[in-house]
Amino acid sequence: MNAPLRRVAISVLVLFTLLIVNVNYIQVVRSEELRSDPGNRRVIVEEYDRQRGSIIVDGTEIATSVATDDDLTYLRQYPQGGLYAGVTGYYSFLYGASGIEQAENDVLTGDDARLFTQRLSDIFTGRDPSGGDVVLTLDAAVQEAAMAGLEGVTGAVVALDPSTGAVLGLASTPTYDPTLLSSHDGTAIRDYAAELEGAERDPRLNRAISDNYPPGSVFKVIVSAAALSSGEYTPDTVVPAPDVLTLPGTSTTLENFGGSRCSGSGEQPLIDSLTISCNTAFALLGIELGEDRIRETAEAFGMDGEGLTIPLETAGSTVGDPENDAQLGVSSIGQQDVRMTPLQAAMVAAGVANDGTVMTPYLVGQLRAPDLTVIEQTDPDELSEAVSPEVADQLTEMMVSVVENGSGRAARIPGIDVAGKTGTAENAGPDHNWFIGFAPADDPQIAVAVFVANGGGTGGDVSAPIARQVMQAYLEGGS
Amino acid sequence: MTGPSTDPRSAGAGSPAAPPPTRRGTEAVMLAFAVVITLAAQSVVDITLTGSLRPELATFGGWFTALWVVMHLVVRRFAPYADPLLLPAVALLSGLGLTMIHRLDLAGEQVGATATREDAPVQLVWATLGVVLFVAVLLVVRDHRLLSRFAYTLALVGLLLLALPAVLPASISSVNGAKIWIRLAGFSIQPGEFAKICLIIFFAAYLVDKRDVLALASRRVMGLELPRGRDLGPVVVAWMLSILVLVFERDLGSSLLLFGIFVVMLYVATERASWLVIGVGLFGAGALLAYQFFGHVQVRVDTWLDPFAYRDTGGYQMVQSLFGLGTGGLFGAGLGGGRPDEVPVAKSDFIAAAIGEELGLFGLVAVIVVYLVLVERGLRSSLIVRDAFGKLLAAGLSFAIAWQVFVVLGGVTGLLPLTGLTTPFVAYGGSSLVANFALLAILVRISDAARRPATPAVPPGTPPRATFVDAPTEVVKP
Repeated sequence: MNAPLRRVAISVLVLFTLLIVNVNYIQVVRSEELRSDPGNRRVIVEEYDRQRGSIIVDGTEIATSVATDDDLTYLRQYPQGGLYAGVTGYYSFLYGASGIEQAENDVLTGDDARLFTQRLSDIFTGRDPSGGDVVLTLDAAVQEAAMAGLEGVTGAVVALDPSTGAVLGLASTPTYDPTLLSSHDGTAIRDYAAELEGAERDPRLNRAISDNYPPGSVFKVIVSAAALSSGEYTPDTVVPAPDVLTLPGTSTTLENFGGSRCSGSGEQPLIDSLTISCNTAFALLGIELGEDRIRETAEAFGMDGEGLTIPLETAGSTVGDPENDAQLGVSSIGQQDVRMTPLQAAMVAAGVANDGTVMTPYLVGQLRAPDLTVIEQTDPDELSEAVSPEVADQLTEMMVSVVENGSGRAARIPGIDVAGKTGTAENAGPDHNWFIGFAPADDPQIAVAVFVANGGGTGGDVSAPIARQVMQAYLEGGS
Repeated sequence: MTGPSTDPRSAGAGSPAAPPPTRRGTEAVMLAFAVVITLAAQSVVDITLTGSLRPELATFGGWFTALWVVMHLVVRRFAPYADPLLLPAVALLSGLGLTMIHRLDLAGEQVGATATREDAPVQLVWATLGVVLFVAVLLVVRDHRLLSRFAYTLALVGLLLLALPAVLPASISSVNGAKIWIRLAGFSIQPGEFAKICLIIFFAAYLVDKRDVLALASRRVMGLELPRGRDLGPVVVAWMLSILVLVFERDLGSSLLLFGIFVVMLYVATERASWLVIGVGLFGAGALLAYQFFGHVQVRVDTWLDPFAYRDTGGYQMVQSLFGLGTGGLFGAGLGGGRPDEVPVAKSDFIAAAIGEELGLFGLVAVIVVYLVLVERGLRSSLIVRDAFGKLLAAGLSFAIAWQVFVVLGGVTGLLPLTGLTTPFVAYGGSSLVANFALLAILVRISDAARRPATPAVPPGTPPRATFVDAPTEVVKP
């Protein structure tokens, strides 16, 4: 009986080898797939088991985790409700994370490699492991002023520190309460998500960075910059400014806003054209300069079609692809296929304000370990030199004139020179209303872009006052 | 590994030739090792989940240690030449099982469920009963050949135990669709676990008796020597028995287990591979029939082929098990670090998934290897024991463990359809644990006979038996 016994012993070895091979297949080959399956609650439960780091603005926690006694240990809360929703995003076990919650997830959970020593010491000291904090560059006063200004309208505000690129304000309306998407009650989360889904304008879309819009006359700053950079123009160069322009090669006519007249003589200095936002003058100027120079300048300000990572992912901005002089003329007043994100519009203002140098915008100032040691400090970074300092000075002079004497008067702040440019962009619905600007003009501290979607008024009426409030909030609070 | 022979009796017997080592010292060291690992694992579980050691840990540790001290001393006294690895392997497995059950008890408390049961202490009581039975078997059965005398009685008892739940009303015999229980006064017993051992003993005695007849070949077909038609009787009876178990008790596992054991024992007894072919053929036909006619078998097979398609219904348990294993990965989440309680009935059917999740691939493979050691040591005893009945019985018992482990772990890891068998010595469940301790006692008894020198230093009081121990085979007269 020994021969079959030996064969049985070998068969058992084979059977057990099969088991071991199969266990290897499941625990090694399919491990990642099984671990990340949405039906696998383990990873979520573990993630919620650790205290997630906070997101901080001006020393105040705008996203924080509090202990509960239910199955998922920590509950994510956003004490300011919808104020920072576009920045923080939400942290939902049903829909995952968005915004900074997603972009800085590794730091917030504590999984980031830079927190390794921290985790190690947690193990040895028996401390409950927790995530690191993300300190934003936002200014609470700016953000509040921006959200207050946008109340009741659909739109966005972006405010930058022109000399560093630090984002001081990033607001988008309508907003939502991320706390309600981050609860532990699946039914309540689904109900709220359905409510957001059914809204006429999706509150979860961050209009400041995630979508682009025709900028209208705001784009005239870039055409002006191209003209001045060519060396063939100064603010005082007299340019043609007819009442009506028939676009070359077509029978289409282009008028000024509301059919108004730019100049009795049919020509005017460039600075005046910008001040009153003369469409015919800029259409002709654009055609005169040519597509290449306008595109070059626009790209130097960042409008190269590529989005930035700030670390939120942003949409790109573009001058489009005008096929002929007629389209180039319309593009030169920010219509046709020209598209800008409000962030890009703010970068244009900030670039002019910062002697022609555009700084890379960033939202995260510091990453901190749970013991408050700084693990990363963001250093300002130059994105591009859009125009020379001389041209920047000339543009500033022209933009100050816009606010002093022209379409942007609603942005004036007593005792402070404000530079700016309005925009009223045609689109399928009521006009979009824009304003970009910075202050103080001689020592810029803050650059802003205000975008009101389908506001129906003009950039000067609707958006300039919001920009003034935002700049005032910063200058009065900061100085 | 090489423990010195410390048996004072064999050393002091004064026999001229040095007696072979009993290896009891090795066993003691390995047992201590298993107990230390168990207590360490228990401490890790407590500290990870509650932050401190539970006061009852000392009681548990003392009790658990005492069990193995008793077992070791009994083996030392009554089966001194027993294989030294059998007990430590079982100690490690049952220690790990108790640890995982305790760990799952704590998980239940954490979630805050109101009706959490402390199952680990209950399991420890069952283990104690198992040890009592182990000692009783070792004391009563001084020579394993004694068992062959009761072969037909045991067959009757085995069949009765197997059939009992089928004839009892469902209210006391059915749990989750399987009619394999006897539930009385708060206790649940699976008589099938004891029936398994009785039937293996019967198979061994019967096959040793009839093996010459069964080995007779009538004709060769495609290189296989087929037995005579009229000799097919026993295998057909065993097959029908399995089908009956499947039909009346809806117990896929026991059915597969018994039939597999019988066919392998038949093969070992007759040395005819044709029996394996016939067995596999009958099994295939039976499986096909079962799939055609029984809804619960169809569900099992469908969820086995694609558990993720039934993730919210019949495949839920399987999918959760795979999630646990996958999340555990190579090293596991650590004891107390995972969520094995996400898998329903993790303590019994799916305890291997809990081990895989918390101890990782390395832990689960280590458990499989410990089983392999246990089984191969059993088969080794079978190889060297001198009588045919002992050979076949040891082979049957060892293969029973191997086959059960393969079917259970294969089920939990998706290699085979789920059967509802328990992981021997590890899973929660009193009947299984107690029955397996009895099985272990018989294996220890046979391994003692296998390794005992032909002319041993006979302790006083042992009945003389060296006279027939040398016989290569023994004709068993039941």
